[in-house]
Amino acid sequence: MKRFLLPLIAFVALVVFLGVGLHRDPREVPSPLVGKPAPNFSLTQLQAPEKTISPKDMEGKVWLLNVWASWCVACREEHPILLDFSKLGVVPIVGLNYKDGRKEGVDLLQQFGDPYQLSAFDADGRVGIDYGVYGVPETFVIDKRGVIRYKHIGPVTPEVLSDKLIPLIKELNRA
Amino acid sequence: MIPELGNFSVILALCLALIQGILPIAGSFKGNARWMALARPAAAGQFVFVTFAFACLVYSFVTNDFSVSYVASNSNSLLPLYYRVAGTWGGHEGSLLLWIEMLAVWTFAVSLFSRQLPEETLARVVGVMGLISIGFLCFLLFTSNPFDRLLPAAADGRDLNPLLQDFGMIVHPPLLYMGYVGFSVAFSFAIAALMGGQLDAAWARWSRPWTLVAWMFLTLGIFLGSFWAYYELGWGGWWFWDAVENASFMPWLVGTALIHSLAVTEKRGSFKNWTVLLAIIAFSLSLLGTFLVRSGVLTSVHAFATDPRRGLFILVFLAIVIGGSLTLYAWRAPKVGLGGKFSLVSRESMLLVNNVLLLAAAGTVFLGTLYPLFLDALNLGKISVGPPYFETVFVPLMLPVLLLLAVGPFVRWKSASFADVLRRLRWVALAALVFAVIAWLFFAPSPLVVLGVTFTVWILLATASHMIERLKHAPVGTSLWRRIASQPRSYWGMLVAHAGVGIFVLGVTMVKGTETSNDVNMRVGDTTSAGGYTFRFTDLQQVTGPNYTAMRGTFDVTRNGSKVTTMTPEKRLFTVQQMPMTEAAIDRGFSRDLYISLGEPGDKGTWVVRVQHKPFVSWIWAGCLIIAFGGFLAASDRRYRLHARKRAQAAVPVRPANVLA
Amino acid sequence: MRKIFLGCILAILTSISTSIYADEAKSVAADPVLEQRVHAITEELRCLVCQNQTIADSHADLAIDLKNQVREKLAQGMSDKDILDYMVQRYGDFVLYRPPVKSTTWLLWFGPFLLMLGGLAFLAWKLSRRESDVADLPAAEMQRAAELLGASSETKESL
Repeated sequence: MKRFLLPLIAFVALVVFLGVGLHRDPREVPSPLVGKPAPNFSLTQLQAPEKTISPKDMEGKVWLLNVWASWCVACREEHPILLDFSKLGVVPIVGLNYKDGRKEGVDLLQQFGDPYQLSAFDADGRVGIDYGVYGVPETFVIDKRGVIRYKHIGPVTPEVLSDKLIPLIKELNRA
Repeated sequence: MIPELGNFSVILALCLALIQGILPIAGSFKGNARWMALARPAAAGQFVFVTFAFACLVYSFVTNDFSVSYVASNSNSLLPLYYRVAGTWGGHEGSLLLWIEMLAVWTFAVSLFSRQLPEETLARVVGVMGLISIGFLCFLLFTSNPFDRLLPAAADGRDLNPLLQDFGMIVHPPLLYMGYVGFSVAFSFAIAALMGGQLDAAWARWSRPWTLVAWMFLTLGIFLGSFWAYYELGWGGWWFWDAVENASFMPWLVGTALIHSLAVTEKRGSFKNWTVLLAIIAFSLSLLGTFLVRSGVLTSVHAFATDPRRGLFILVFLAIVIGGSLTLYAWRAPKVGLGGKFSLVSRESMLLVNNVLLLAAAGTVFLGTLYPLFLDALNLGKISVGPPYFETVFVPLMLPVLLLLAVGPFVRWKSASFADVLRRLRWVALAALVFAVIAWLFFAPSPLVVLGVTFTVWILLATASHMIERLKHAPVGTSLWRRIASQPRSYWGMLVAHAGVGIFVLGVTMVKGTETSNDVNMRVGDTTSAGGYTFRFTDLQQVTGPNYTAMRGTFDVTRNGSKVTTMTPEKRLFTVQQMPMTEAAIDRGFSRDLYISLGEPGDKGTWVVRVQHKPFVSWIWAGCLIIAFGGFLAASDRRYRLHARKRAQAAVPVRPANVLA
Repeated sequence: MRKIFLGCILAILTSISTSIYADEAKSVAADPVLEQRVHAITEELRCLVCQNQTIADSHADLAIDLKNQVREKLAQGMSDKDILDYMVQRYGDFVLYRPPVKSTTWLLWFGPFLLMLGGLAFLAWKLSRRESDVADLPAAEMQRAAELLGASSETKESL
């Protein structure tokens, strides 16, 4: 008798999995870099080509690395939110201008405002690959010792800020 | 106006489905003949209203009614007429209506062609199909209505996805859905049998032809999908182990196990509750496929645009239908008897081995397809399971199937002798081994090619040998035609289908093992080569189609200096969606295909061109068609055809009712 | 006579000129052998942008960038395994179409064979038990069946 129940039991387990699966996004790729040191780089600054920027320059501070580009439509969505957030002075935001033209990137910041302390210019996208970037925009939270603590994929929304980023930044600042 | 009529028609269909689903089944338990008699007319009525609704949707497409939201998303005024019709099932809502239409067609067919079924059984079968219709109609009306209006109407539509603007779109979904939905008939028969507590050989005889026809359609549907991908997508691949492809392959594998199991239950009355379980599983996999495509839980190029609410609806529906049927199974199946006795070495045992292997294969595909979801749901990370995995596990799993495929027909029912089977197959086995040695000399570096080719020979020779043995077994002097005609069609169906598998295996082996391709930069005048053929790029022109512009390249193909053919691949740009697409040029042949596709243009007039030489790829298509034909032959066996049976019975008096086999 | 002579000259000149300007097309890659290896590796990697293609087939920017990286690293002498590890370090196991064999994927890799062997073992056990369980149809039924079957010849050794 009992073995006739097996198919039903297996099916119930399947339904549970499928139900949970409905709430997941199969397209989202979590980053294996969380908990690891931010990959090193040395890139020219977008608005000051004679100067360079590297993650070591930000050691001792909690900071955000935001990957953006002038051709990226979704970046426009998050831009005003980042702009407002930068004005609060909670945390420095460093931009990573990904596979863009220098002129186009500078123009966009002039037109829409510049939330970034400065932006690194990653013309060929190599640094992006090192950071596991696959879709712009992406935002990394990096702690005082230069370890990546969180990666957000997609535009930053006010909810993401208040629920995920700000609490984490506060916690990291206390450490 | 017409869309509203269509919408209203769907609502009427739902009302009839409610009657069809509830009253006949209730009537069958109460012995209420009037309620049971409602089954046939309700099915007919549902068919009329669903078909009318479907016609309204087609009409909206044909007349470019962009005030209907679904039409505006999937069509365009520049789209040729036949694609406007096919566009009806180009998106989620319309393809759902197609599903419902197929269900109505099958239900109507069952109600028409089942005069010999007892009233109770028919009531239950049609009733269960009605219950399924209720679920799908509700899903359509409440979450995915193709008749929803878009106000203000769009000036023009967003066009059918250029990849779908092809003949394949006209035939692949309807045939595939005929298969998917067709398994609901076997499912309904199984549920009806569990409800009645009466599971006998007669039930198997009634189910089998329906199942064979559904399986045949599914074979054709999957074949068309593959064939279409091959010429449409431009890189010469034909199977990607994509989640949705797997979703159609799983019911096919289980369906194959089911038709074999039904053969045993029909002939010997054995495996009854196993066969019932298989019928439930086959249709459950069809439903699961519907869920996977439309819910967004898995990434797939075939997936429709999704909405979690829809996913939840289907999941609940799935839980009710499958959960309900498995509960019924757990409750009623133990009461069913075991059926005829058979020994360890017998056709029955062989077919059980067939079932185990096919189900292991289906389970493997299932595991691979859903594993990323399982891990993600358990927060154990995200992985991808793709062709490298499937090819590694699936091929070894199939080898025993291919080996035993040839042996099975030689094993007698009920009790067979292993030695006898070996004796009858000894020459075939020897020939296969000799062939393997010869193949090794030609294909030495690829053991898989040697294996594949050897198995093909093994299957084809064994099948031929069985046929010869069978045809010899008649009184001396009988003509060949009489000998052939005296074998039942189900026998020919088996031989043909098994031979088809052999041919399919050869195609797959040769293509995967020996195809060559070359990616080159070419400008007009250049040549390149692949597989012994030389391709000269002779011309490049701009051409205009009804809704696209294209660059068309012309290639002269020669072999050993003599002209073979001219091929014209194109790179198209579809105007509305601004989507580029490559239209490969294929020169099909008996022993090889030549395949040219244009990639990206470079500078100074060069183009990236990929030329491929694909040996025996047509044998893949031929194999599939032959397998499907085998299914058709088996389904058209005399004992399922009422007129033929009546003619035979008129000649010889037979006791009525309760015929055992 | 002169016309024929001129015709021949013209023919010779034409054939020389077409063979000068028409070339055996150059492979897309500088080094076809290396390209084979690039192809083999990129066939194992999943394009993260479209997610339904391998990096070998995808035309997405990121896919092309990654393909170039693979080519560079192969040319530098990195092994196939190291390149795959490089990708996994940045994108996780998701980027591999052939899932790695680790504790979380044992069921995936060994499941199919367990299914097959387990199924066959279960079958063997059931069949051996069955021999003792099942009784054949009672004699009266068998007689009736024989009469009915004798009447319709098609059922002998049929399917």
